[in-house]
Amino acid sequence: MRTIQIKGGRIIDPSQGVDEVADLWLGDDRVLGIGEAYAQGTADVVIDARGMIVSPGLIDVHVHLREPGNEEDETIATGAASALAGGVTTVACMPNTIPALDTQGAAEFVVLQAQRARKANVYPVGAVSKGRKGDELAELGQLVAGGAVAFTDDGAPVASASLMRRALLYSKMLDRVIMQHCQVPELTVGGVMNEGAESTRLGLGGMPAAAEDIMVARDIRLAEITGGRLHIQHISTARSVELVREGKKRGIDVTAEACPHHFTLTDERLRTFDSNFKMNPPLRTADDVAAVIEGLKDGTIELLATDHAPHAPEKKMRELDQAPFGIVGLETLIPITVHGLIEPGHLTWVDVIRMLTVAPAKLLGLVDKGTFRPGADADVTIIDTETPWTIDPEKFLSRSRNTPYGGWKVKGRAHVAIVAGEVRHSLGGIVHEAGEAATP
Amino acid sequence: MSIAALTSAEPPKPPASGWSGKHLLGLEDLSREEIHFILDTAESFGEVSSRTRKKVPALQGRIVFNLFFENSTRTRTSFSLAAKRLSADVQDFSASVSSLSKGETFIDTAKNIEAMGADVLVVRHSSPGAPHLLARHVQCGIINAGDGAHEHPTQGLLDLLTIRKAKGRIEGLTVGLVGDISHSRVARSNIWGLTKLGAKVILCGPPTLVPRSLEGLGCEIAYSLDDILPRLDVVNVLRIQSERQQQGLFPSVAEYSRFYGMNQERVSKAPGDLLLLAPGPINRGVELTPEVADGPNSAILEQVKNGLAVRMAVLYLLGGKTDAKPAAD
Ligand SMILES: [Zn+2]
Repeated sequence: MRTIQIKGGRIIDPSQGVDEVADLWLGDDRVLGIGEAYAQGTADVVIDARGMIVSPGLIDVHVHLREPGNEEDETIATGAASALAGGVTTVACMPNTIPALDTQGAAEFVVLQAQRARKANVYPVGAVSKGRKGDELAELGQLVAGGAVAFTDDGAPVASASLMRRALLYSKMLDRVIMQHCQVPELTVGGVMNEGAESTRLGLGGMPAAAEDIMVARDIRLAEITGGRLHIQHISTARSVELVREGKKRGIDVTAEACPHHFTLTDERLRTFDSNFKMNPPLRTADDVAAVIEGLKDGTIELLATDHAPHAPEKKMRELDQAPFGIVGLETLIPITVHGLIEPGHLTWVDVIRMLTVAPAKLLGLVDKGTFRPGADADVTIIDTETPWTIDPEKFLSRSRNTPYGGWKVKGRAHVAIVAGEVRHSLGGIVHEAGEAATP
Repeated sequence: MSIAALTSAEPPKPPASGWSGKHLLGLEDLSREEIHFILDTAESFGEVSSRTRKKVPALQGRIVFNLFFENSTRTRTSFSLAAKRLSADVQDFSASVSSLSKGETFIDTAKNIEAMGADVLVVRHSSPGAPHLLARHVQCGIINAGDGAHEHPTQGLLDLLTIRKAKGRIEGLTVGLVGDISHSRVARSNIWGLTKLGAKVILCGPPTLVPRSLEGLGCEIAYSLDDILPRLDVVNVLRIQSERQQQGLFPSVAEYSRFYGMNQERVSKAPGDLLLLAPGPINRGVELTPEVADGPNSAILEQVKNGLAVRMAVLYLLGGKTDAKPAAD
């Protein structure tokens, strides 16, 4: 058995209530366990994690990998490499590719490409409807057979209430969650940014917060009458957060995720007409940002996700109303979360790691991920929380560069990412093969 | 190079302060002093147009490019004429569907034109912020000649100049902007300019065209034109596009005209010296009746004249400072 000893790091594993300085042992592609009890003589690889956080590999339930169809923006291989550079060892990729991920074969293609890339784990999220057209249910059961871990038409909402109702009902037999991009499409036609004082100032088409609120309210009610599992993607408005809070109180099976840009940036950023601030749902107001943070603090929002949405420079370098929505998210997930949530004291590292490990693993039904329980998958993220660095889009491993955070001076970065017991990302210096002089 | 030397007639009053901008992207970015400085410069250029030889050598050897991605014969002609009076070379580039549909981007197009030696690009585009995007990617001066529903700074300036000349001041006046404020770049530039210079601005039109969020720009909002008319020193009547009716933002042109059209009866409700502005082209009979458009309160033709002077001033101030090349005179 090939073993890895991760020495002296602060191990945070919220799945077992662990937060202690100890050694973590991995054997082949499994977790052996935490502490001396699991010591295996001399390890084949020793990683000196002193002063760093050792977390179960982070999981991002919301990324766009663009393959097939838009390989100039990203491929499964480049997206999975970008994930590792950001400390994310597992991603769930959205089905809005060309063609859409709406068949068993399409799901299997994603799984196969990810295996070939040998970077982060990639799980496909199947489309809810055939061709993501919103008319008929896709073959959800066969998608699961092909490896799909959840369903969404993301990129667009499931607009039809009756289709959404059926999806929530039908997916119950598969025990898979329906993820929804919540937006009433008729209210966002021509929208470029949040509707309000800023869109008025700039003369840009607005997307009202109510477009999201109304859909969230509708879908929570549909989840209630069907007993299905509903997950609200990239929640962005104060009222939506309130609705999820109310829904949970009533015992409805609803979860929600928040993206770093929605708790760090407001729509005032669009005053520069920079397309790096154009996303969907759009950047909202300071009140919405405060409500999203409050929702994260009180547990209403249980997950963090990036909505990693890469676009090639020639597409983003268009007039603002013609540029596509979305930003590269994976490689800035940790530092922007530190900046927006940990440094201001809203959340602790334990909270954040729970939102990026146990909670997403539970959402997607990944029993061997997001935990250091003995026997779990040997996926580990080692985080350097102290060394300051500057975000440089030119150094992204993603094929795209569209970030609003270029030039930000930040702290918090994945130093090492291990997938299936293999060190697949490392900033260097702390990983030592047996026989090398390891630092004592 | 002073304006006095250029016009060689009566020297204009020295402006209170200078304007250091490289581009004219909007009135939101300008200070009160800068706006007055441009208006002062425009007034001195207004004199040039009344001479027999209507040309000064200020921009000799400079190249002004009209980069219009949206049709506007009036604005383009006004800029061309202004540039010619300053002795610049003027080139029009009307980007129709042809070039952009071949995959060339807006930025590529502008960079090509810059490579041909353009000193100033006058940009008209249907996307808000398009001139701002160019300003980040090219070296020459950019004048925003209208970007979507965002701003139309030279129109705002010419409206300000028209008001200042007619009323002798702007501070303390109450100005009503009537019509489709939501989609109007003219409205936004007027709002910024007027409020910066101390006027009160009342926005008037149906709520579907005059959203409440406009209060955030420092304006009062009114839905009844008849109610506010007695308070107005100036009314600026904006054009209504039939497209908005097709979008369902108001029920019919006839209904719009009934509640928001300026007719003789409404003019008589306002103070006797009501100044009436309308950025062309107007739909006679919709926003205003012909007798009002051609009546004693109307400053519509004054606006056209002042537009030329304002554009000369802006081109002069921008084009004169591209110091990559020596001044040709
Ligand atoms: Zn989405």
